[in-house]
Amino acid sequence: MELATGAGALKPDAPLVALSDARVHFGAVRALDGVSLTISPGECVGLIGHNGAGKSTAVNVINGGLTPTGGSVSYVMEDGSQGTGAVAARAAGIRSVFQELSLCPNLTVLENLRIPHRDLTGFGWRKTAAQRISKALGELFPGHRIEPGMAVGDLTLAERQMVEIAAGFAEGATPARLVILDEPTSSLDASIARQLLAHVRRFCSSGGAVIFISHMLGEVFEVATRIDVMKDGKIIDSRPASGFTQQSLIDAMGHVASEKTDVRAAVEAGDRIGEEVLSTPEGLSARRGEIVGLAGLAGHGQAEALARFFMSRSGALSKVRTPDVAFVAGDRGRDGVMPLWSILRNLTLTHLPSLVRNGLIDRDAEARLGADWKARIGIRTDNMNNPILSLSGGNQQKALFARALASTAPIVVMDDPMRGVDVGTKQEAYELVRREAESGRTFLWYSTETEEVCQCDRVFVFRNGLISAELTGAAINEENILAASFEMQGAAE
Amino acid sequence: MSGRYRILLPVISLAVLLAAVFYLQPRAMSYFGLNLLFNLAVPIALATIAQMMIIMVNDIDLSIGTFVSFSACVTATFLNDTPLLGAAILIAAILAYAAIGALIHLRELPAIVVTLGMSFVWGGVAVLLLPSPGGAAPGWIRTLMTVKPPLVPMAVVACVLIAGVTHVLIMRSSTGTLLRAVGGNTKAVARSGWSVMKLKAGAYALAGVFGVLSGMCLVGLTTSADANIALRYTLLSIAGVILGGGEFTGGKVSPVGAVIGALTLALAGSFLSFMRLSPDWQIGAQGAILILVLAVRLVFSRRGRKWKGAENG
Amino acid sequence: MAKSPLPAMLGIVTRPWFWAFAASALAFIATLYLSDGRGGGELLAAALTFASFSAIVGIGQMFVITLGPGNVDLSIPATMTLAGTLALKFMGGETGLIVPGLLLALAVGLGAGIFNYLLIRLLRIPPIIATLSASFLYQSLAIWWNRGLRIKPPEVLADFTTGALIGIPNLTVIGILIAVVSWVVLERSLFGRWISAFGQNTRAARLSGVPVEAVRAITYVSSAVLAAFTGYLLASFSGGAALNMGTEYLLISIAVVVIGGSSIAGGNSNVPGIWGGALLMFLVVSMLNSYGFGAGVRLIMTGTIIIAIVAAASGKGRSA
Repeated sequence: MELATGAGALKPDAPLVALSDARVHFGAVRALDGVSLTISPGECVGLIGHNGAGKSTAVNVINGGLTPTGGSVSYVMEDGSQGTGAVAARAAGIRSVFQELSLCPNLTVLENLRIPHRDLTGFGWRKTAAQRISKALGELFPGHRIEPGMAVGDLTLAERQMVEIAAGFAEGATPARLVILDEPTSSLDASIARQLLAHVRRFCSSGGAVIFISHMLGEVFEVATRIDVMKDGKIIDSRPASGFTQQSLIDAMGHVASEKTDVRAAVEAGDRIGEEVLSTPEGLSARRGEIVGLAGLAGHGQAEALARFFMSRSGALSKVRTPDVAFVAGDRGRDGVMPLWSILRNLTLTHLPSLVRNGLIDRDAEARLGADWKARIGIRTDNMNNPILSLSGGNQQKALFARALASTAPIVVMDDPMRGVDVGTKQEAYELVRREAESGRTFLWYSTETEEVCQCDRVFVFRNGLISAELTGAAINEENILAASFEMQGAAE
Repeated sequence: MSGRYRILLPVISLAVLLAAVFYLQPRAMSYFGLNLLFNLAVPIALATIAQMMIIMVNDIDLSIGTFVSFSACVTATFLNDTPLLGAAILIAAILAYAAIGALIHLRELPAIVVTLGMSFVWGGVAVLLLPSPGGAAPGWIRTLMTVKPPLVPMAVVACVLIAGVTHVLIMRSSTGTLLRAVGGNTKAVARSGWSVMKLKAGAYALAGVFGVLSGMCLVGLTTSADANIALRYTLLSIAGVILGGGEFTGGKVSPVGAVIGALTLALAGSFLSFMRLSPDWQIGAQGAILILVLAVRLVFSRRGRKWKGAENG
Repeated sequence: MAKSPLPAMLGIVTRPWFWAFAASALAFIATLYLSDGRGGGELLAAALTFASFSAIVGIGQMFVITLGPGNVDLSIPATMTLAGTLALKFMGGETGLIVPGLLLALAVGLGAGIFNYLLIRLLRIPPIIATLSASFLYQSLAIWWNRGLRIKPPEVLADFTTGALIGIPNLTVIGILIAVVSWVVLERSLFGRWISAFGQNTRAARLSGVPVEAVRAITYVSSAVLAAFTGYLLASFSGGAALNMGTEYLLISIAVVVIGGSSIAGGNSNVPGIWGGALLMFLVVSMLNSYGFGAGVRLIMTGTIIIAIVAAASGKGRSA
């Protein structure tokens, strides 16, 4: 494995980047409140914290995208000189791979490399770009099927994320020395995520540095040499990874919810579940009060199956007051949030037709509905009329949950709704789903996280757009799900 | 995959229309006939390319028609009488286009309205320059537009040239890629440290350049100008970009397609006069052809995607 | 909260429609300044009358623009012309046919709206292109029907459109009634909420149970019906339908929406601003006229003012 990056990084004590008491204040909001840290070659720093703890701000300060309002950030170049600012950050080989995808769907894979790589100009730049991205993809994800000439818009979500990660590690005019990975595995399935983790370890052992942000603690423990815990814009704990356990990490983040989630009372399931309320052409079926999971590797047709089902049972003007089915989006920006609206308006959208009196919206009833769900689901805001975008991601997600649950729809479809949501919110959501199921609602729940799928009464595992297994009761466990996800793939290769 | 379809459809629609014209009027299948058919295609193609530059960065230009008229007026007056001053005015107009692009970005203004306002401005300046139709085409432009290359008429050669140059500029060059990236994901471009303002101003400046060229060619063909000479180019250029497989958002454009779209529109006009259609129905038939081509495009693109059926609501 | 008058005033200033009315008032004062304050009543009456046409088509356009990027109705001028031509020819100056003539005009609008929507829906083409192509058809139809004849409207109708009710032009009364109804629809009704959702994020709206196709259909149909109604009024007002009578309303209908402070990106519109924009468009032209500017300068000033208003109203800027 050739990594040019290793060459300049042999002085172990010289940090690549040093933050000293960095502060970022947006008005009264202290997004970053005095953070000091250094990252040296060979380190892989796991950055952990709840939504809104200041991780994204910290990342933007480290990569030079945001100038701190106080304190300093300095970068050490390969030749030992120091600098500050966005240009210096680029020159020092700081690369970022962001949580929300930042590729241009209208360009091809190789053309997308042109945006971060400023040296790709002049005659023959396409060839250079194709070589760089192919090499990086080959190193990171052996067996991938991405051609440099493919349009990014034609790739799956997972493939796009792979391209983005590969672009972060690809060689360029300035070699990558510190790569910041913000939730890099959120759309990847387990095997691809594993390839990425392996590469991160290789990269660090040959002198590169990585900042690894993930809600999947297992992954963090697997790659991190050091773990920094953030809360309220500060680093509140920083130890070598071996100094933490999963439990102590969660405690450090300041959350009381325990990791142990499996309090599902499988025994009760029999009483709760009623007659069949849905079945789809691809073989999905669910009964009243049942929580049905959709599992399998990411991008194998689960989301499409859900969307097809939802579309087939909604959209008619006659159904708006008594919808058959409600939807909880996972991709909030694309499928859920109305960015111009208040939290309240976002929350009531689905149930609104039932709040019409004399042709007009009963605004008192709307406010009551909002207040009711604010209390029930714990949306952290002092005023439901604040813009939805003033909420953290997790609280926006709660509003979207409430939007679906506030309706009278007997079936609720959830498209990976816990993507990028902190542990505490997840626990609250699991509890809510169970309560709603007990009162007779049916859930179709697609999740990329096995832990969530194991909460379900019945699980359909998808592979290549088809159902490869149906699991019930005690058969729902990680081993069986993985087996059904991979089984035929192994045979085909 | 989708990229291939994008260029295939405009080509087919042009071929079908051309075949229909030849069937109705076999004499059109000659050097002279082709020249007549595509006579006005060059300025339309240039205006369409100008529109494409704006659509590429997710904006829309409602002023291109009046801008081409304005350029034509400058060409027929100042560029003819005092070439240096004329050239300076045209360069200033291009810079004005760039400035508008920068303004739209900096103040986050809706392009549709700013260009709407600019259409009044260009129109007003054109009226001041040429209150009544007149002026004269500079000799060299006239010569250039009436040159008779061997085998293929000038209009066709010029269109191939325009398509080739803009394809290299927009689809192949690294700068063109960056411009399309602005349309595809502005945030990503800004985050990598590029000045989106400069890029947008650049795209607008390119639109200005092609708008000016369109006006110059138009005067070369018509030999004189008036302030309303190219008003319909605004709508024609938008239609041309879309016929050529472009989309309004997301930086999905095709220069070759845009030129072919412009040719299709120019041909549609000629086709109708060959049909000896009552003038009452000429405009209507143009609309019908536009609808027809788009309907065919739908059938083709439906075949392109089956999996993604559930994606669009 | 507003205990002192200052916050209340600031509240008005931050309204998106404030700038349109402020600029209208300035143009009005500037015009009167030249005539030493004489003729203010006449100017106001003329402004209110002519602005009514722009306001009614502008409201239709506003609903369409609320649907979000790419949604613009370019067929408004052709629909106006077609409805005006057909209705006037049908009435043939007969007083008894005024109401059937109105119904015919509205039916033309309904038909055009449905046709526009079907093109968008069935051909899946961008609304700009769909309404543009359709407008070519309507225009041809009007030419074919009219044959260059100019038929006078029934006298009663002509009198009504030029008349006034206790000093307020009848057309203004109609325009304001339509505006009030539209305001209620946009701000207080379910449909208003739905178009706003459509404009912000169509996919999310669909997934939240909004019947997006019905919303889009109703929006395009209302725009066409309002355009047809305006065509009927305009043709009666100006003593007969002309084939180019709608032309200027293409740009005006879009301009008044944006000058009025509605977001061109969709999802966020307001009705009062439409009237502000409509008044401004008329008053600016009459101001420049009374100052003796020629057509060229008038056009340049109109354009500059549109851009200046939009730049001022946007109220935001980027640092880089």
